[in-house]
Amino acid sequence: MVDIPYEGIAGTPPAEVPDVELYHPRSWWTRYVFSQDAKVIAIQYSLTASAIGLVALVLSWLMRLQLGFPGTFSFIDANQYLQFITMHGMIMVIYLLTALFLGGFGNYLIPLMVGARDMVFPYVNMLSYWVYLLAVLVLASTFFVPGGPTGAGWTLYPPQAILSGTPGQDWGIILMMSSLILFIIGFTMGGLNYVVTVLQARTRGMTLMRLPLTVWGIFTATVMALLAFPALFVASVMLLLDRLLGTSFFMPSLVEMGQLSKYGGGSPLLFQHLFWFFGHPEVYIVALPAFGIVSDLISTHARKNIFGYRMMVWAIVAIGALSFIVWAHHMYVSGMFPQFGYFFATTTLIIAIPTAIKVYNWVLTLWRGDIHLRVPMLFALGFIITFVNGGLTGLFLGNVVVDVPLSDTMFVVAHFHMVMGVAPIMVVLGAIYHWYPKVTGRMYNDALGKFHFWVTFLGAYLIFFPMHYLGLLGVPRRYFELGDTSFIPSSAHSLNAFISVVALTVGFSQMVFLFNLAWSLFKGEASGGNPWRATTLEWQTPETPPGHGNWGKELPVVYRWAYDYSVPGAAEDFIPQNQPPHATQLIQGAAS
Amino acid sequence: MAETVLTNPGHSTARLEGWRGIAADWASDQRAFKNVSWGKAMMWIFLLSDTFIFSCFLLSYMTARMSTTVPWPNPSEVFALNIGGNHIPLILIAIMTFVLISSSGTMAMAVNFGYRRDRVRTAALMLATAAFGATFVGMQAFEWTKLIMEGVRPWGNPWGAPQFGASFFMITGFHGTHVTIGVIFLIAIARKVLRGDFDVERRGFFTSRKGYYEIVEIMGLYWHFVDLVWVFIFAFFYLW
Repeated sequence: MVDIPYEGIAGTPPAEVPDVELYHPRSWWTRYVFSQDAKVIAIQYSLTASAIGLVALVLSWLMRLQLGFPGTFSFIDANQYLQFITMHGMIMVIYLLTALFLGGFGNYLIPLMVGARDMVFPYVNMLSYWVYLLAVLVLASTFFVPGGPTGAGWTLYPPQAILSGTPGQDWGIILMMSSLILFIIGFTMGGLNYVVTVLQARTRGMTLMRLPLTVWGIFTATVMALLAFPALFVASVMLLLDRLLGTSFFMPSLVEMGQLSKYGGGSPLLFQHLFWFFGHPEVYIVALPAFGIVSDLISTHARKNIFGYRMMVWAIVAIGALSFIVWAHHMYVSGMFPQFGYFFATTTLIIAIPTAIKVYNWVLTLWRGDIHLRVPMLFALGFIITFVNGGLTGLFLGNVVVDVPLSDTMFVVAHFHMVMGVAPIMVVLGAIYHWYPKVTGRMYNDALGKFHFWVTFLGAYLIFFPMHYLGLLGVPRRYFELGDTSFIPSSAHSLNAFISVVALTVGFSQMVFLFNLAWSLFKGEASGGNPWRATTLEWQTPETPPGHGNWGKELPVVYRWAYDYSVPGAAEDFIPQNQPPHATQLIQGAAS
Repeated sequence: MAETVLTNPGHSTARLEGWRGIAADWASDQRAFKNVSWGKAMMWIFLLSDTFIFSCFLLSYMTARMSTTVPWPNPSEVFALNIGGNHIPLILIAIMTFVLISSSGTMAMAVNFGYRRDRVRTAALMLATAAFGATFVGMQAFEWTKLIMEGVRPWGNPWGAPQFGASFFMITGFHGTHVTIGVIFLIAIARKVLRGDFDVERRGFFTSRKGYYEIVEIMGLYWHFVDLVWVFIFAFFYLW
């Protein structure tokens, strides 16, 4: 008899679930609008985040138009340019990526992947979305108030953030802070749900070390967010008080427009510490779900178990923990006590170790795998490449002596776009293609998907790779136009124009993506419940798309880890997590 | 509670000792924390997050206090009252602290009677806790009024660093908001206890879920946390 390895609870009958007290919608409104079903909330989160993300995408086009062809577009002035930069950054980091990974993918995948019927507190979960929507609306409203949105840069450093001279000083900055506070309140309600669902609502047999890495990534990122957002909350409250009540938490005494301002005695550096105590973990709040999801995409589409699952889990946890003690590497040039740089450079470089473990494990998972180059897999491979690229430039910027000359240049822009812009977006796109059949029951158009991938991937490289070079030349970031500067050669201007053309092309290729999703929703082929022949629980639901309550009468029972692909001796090249050991079909004649 | 029932998987493994046992428990299936309900786990994690908020507030205040070049007003003097011709430093704060810590005592007793299904005593003790909390907030309002009359503003005060007023109003205001929210929930839950909602498993208005006496304990976790935070504010703001 061939031994199919499995762990634990052989022969356990399925759990009869008594009354799980699901909230049952009674009308169209409570089913689709004020829904407490995590799957509906996930789609609401995703659509809202994508909508505001499109605004940020358009802002990036406007910025590129100005940078590539300075002086050509009369409708963009210097103040607007700063406003575009600020809103683009803030929307992309917080309102798009954080909301999409945790509110979107977290809500959809956590209950399904751990074998739960819903989040533990669906009502609170619903509130989370509506508060998030309110935060987005407050943010979007800044485009229409007098003075427009704030132009302080997404880091919102005081004192300039609230002084006259910075665009959006009247209303923009106030609404920005209010929106952030709302976002944090809304996120906390959702985040508590995700954490408790993973910890306390798993199905029978689903131990922590059998969780798919997607859940590990989202779970760890949520815990981090619950501990990091408080710092942003406090910084926002204090900056709001400085602006509205005239307190001086962050404001030193200074001369504003020739007048001694009313402020005095505050510490701008304090804001930077609070901001980056949030801001650095935020990088990993975006990156860890991407790490988790990409692990599952690679394993599924390479038909091979993830290499070093245990190490992958511990690497996620280690990265999460370390990211709380590296924040001041964003502040090497801020005037902080210089010797702190030793400590923060050291911790920053230590993070490279667990991160490198993950990259090696992804590559070793691919090694001799049965690789299917479907669209999700292409995006997963694109992620590995862009992430390694962005990670390596992170080693440059993590070292104090290398960072100082590169600070505030295009090199930094290229670095963080590669590592936390392009790389996570690659995963977002790959994940949307991967789970689209489960969410809609239909398959996307493969040709359009491949076109979208190649334009996005090559385009993103053509945009951000030359930007490193511009940064090394000394081209500064956040400048409206470069003007005639002797150290910037004219070739740099041509390069800027080239980058702008590519950026517009990549931007428009996202319309192909949206068209693909919309078209396939109605015209796509029926996908069946498990088109990728994947092992994790969300592909084993009785209905596709999963119905209210996810599972039928009985919750699934989990017998094995999430990565039983190509198990030697088994007839199929995948064994679902909920397949009992005796039900596994063996290869004929292999029995002895 | 609306939860999957813990089931006996039908086989017993030898229990691991020490840290390995704890790790095995946490990593086992269904629940990391056995016999901890969803609501209680959620409250603990929320309180952990809230701890970070108060820590950031207090650390920011300490930074401001240590880095200011103007002298910091002496809290013993600022928070002194003249009672019967005697100048007593920190007397109001001492009474406020006493009231709030007493409320933790009544809250703990309410939890105890809640688990004994003693509706009337539970509700009475919760209302007593709420009354202590409301008294605390009332005294805080008195303190705010007194300081404002003496000319303390968020942007300045007669005695020194302007961050004194800013930090004071922000931190005590944020804590007072927590106490106020606690009082509101205490009254709401006391009403449910008294009405017998948790005996007949009546469903909640918003969530349409059954309520249980455990909510008294969860409420207690929040209340004790708010008290604990006050001890830190008391130590770092008034005694420093």
